[in-house]
Amino acid sequence: MAVRMRQFPEMNTSRLDPWLVRFDRVERFAHWMNALLFAILMLTALPLYFAQVEALVGRRLLIEEIHTWTGIFLPVPLLVSLAGSWGSGFRADVRRFNLWSKGELRWLRSFGRVSMIEMGKFNPGQKLNALFIGSSIVVMLGTGLILRWFNLFPLGWRTGATFVHDLLAFAIMVAVAGHVVQALMHKDALKSIFTGRISREWASAHAQKWLIEEKDRPELE
Amino acid sequence: MASEGESTGQAVPVGRRVFLAMAGLGAMGVIFGTKLQGALGAAIGTGLGGLLPGGNRFRIYTVTGSFPAILPADYRLSVSGLVNRPMTLTLDQLAAMPSVKLVKDFQCVTGWRVPQVHWEGVRLKDILDAAGVKGGAAAVEFDSYDGVDTESLTLSQASRPDVIVAYRMLGESISTPHGGPVRLYVAPMYGYKSLKWLSSVRLVENATPGFWEQNGYPVDAWVGNVNGRQDAPIS
Repeated sequence: MAVRMRQFPEMNTSRLDPWLVRFDRVERFAHWMNALLFAILMLTALPLYFAQVEALVGRRLLIEEIHTWTGIFLPVPLLVSLAGSWGSGFRADVRRFNLWSKGELRWLRSFGRVSMIEMGKFNPGQKLNALFIGSSIVVMLGTGLILRWFNLFPLGWRTGATFVHDLLAFAIMVAVAGHVVQALMHKDALKSIFTGRISREWASAHAQKWLIEEKDRPELE
Repeated sequence: MASEGESTGQAVPVGRRVFLAMAGLGAMGVIFGTKLQGALGAAIGTGLGGLLPGGNRFRIYTVTGSFPAILPADYRLSVSGLVNRPMTLTLDQLAAMPSVKLVKDFQCVTGWRVPQVHWEGVRLKDILDAAGVKGGAAAVEFDSYDGVDTESLTLSQASRPDVIVAYRMLGESISTPHGGPVRLYVAPMYGYKSLKWLSSVRLVENATPGFWEQNGYPVDAWVGNVNGRQDAPIS
């Protein structure tokens, strides 16, 4: 990274750059591909589950095939984005999702009422959302494969897989609705998933620890 | 990111724990979900359970763009093929035949099950006997009013006492989403055999596999035999 930064002649002024990179290109690609595939999965899930929607849409086999193959493809953009040299920013954020300070755990347990902690790049709610969606993909894919290739599994497992797949689908719909509402309520953060950047001002208000991390980056020394 | 951990002194790998917990719960749910579903289904039932996961709910399938709307007065069941007396039965004529009531599970091949569904209709065998099956017939093909869905049974399967042409289920006339006014109910087999909006019964020598069978589902769809379920085919 240090080598790459040296290419910029006005490096010293970059310290004064009012913008920080919150999501690089790879992360934005991963987010929007994931969002698109989830949208297809949730939309096709509606007729598969609700009789009222099935009455309007029908075409069971076609909808099943779209749903199944979208689900199978779902992890691909994420895995491609995480792999290779281009995925370093994304991998760093996944590590942020994984590791929590005691303060963040306290914040979560109090449902955000404990406000006296310094926030990292992501607040505990955002981290939990990312962890939940990421883990859901694995569980939904596993149970979905049992339902699609049912011949390979005992009937009891298929009933169990249906149960888990349906229950988790409801939880995912709630989480995604919450994610979208939160995004619409926080316009600056929302813009950053389109443009990739966010102001230092925002970071000093919402992500103080991240701002310090960014200042401490060796390439800025 | 070790630096982040060190700076706080006591970073907790919450992500790994969330992932392992969800994967573990998911696997447990697959293995023990049948029992859980049974208990939840009994608690939620079919009322509110019609919407919620875990309830004993039907999933409504249609392979065309809509549900065929058939007025009971316009309903006709054609019985044709290798029979001595081809027939066209109205709903009234079906209702005038000896009726049989069954209380049995509806089991989908993908796993969902609605326990103890009340069914009422005419034994398929009675209809076949009334039409007079010719010697060469060995199988029965079924068509749906939707124009796409089809099914088939061997003659001996079709002659079972728990295979009926149903005109009542769940304590009422069969609704349009459930395949009304008349559908097939093949109690010992997976749900896709119980063709909805039944329009035609045709005796043949060799049956063409039905719609779902052409898309990979087993032709012999015994609930007890295909995989897993250990109870007898006739519950």
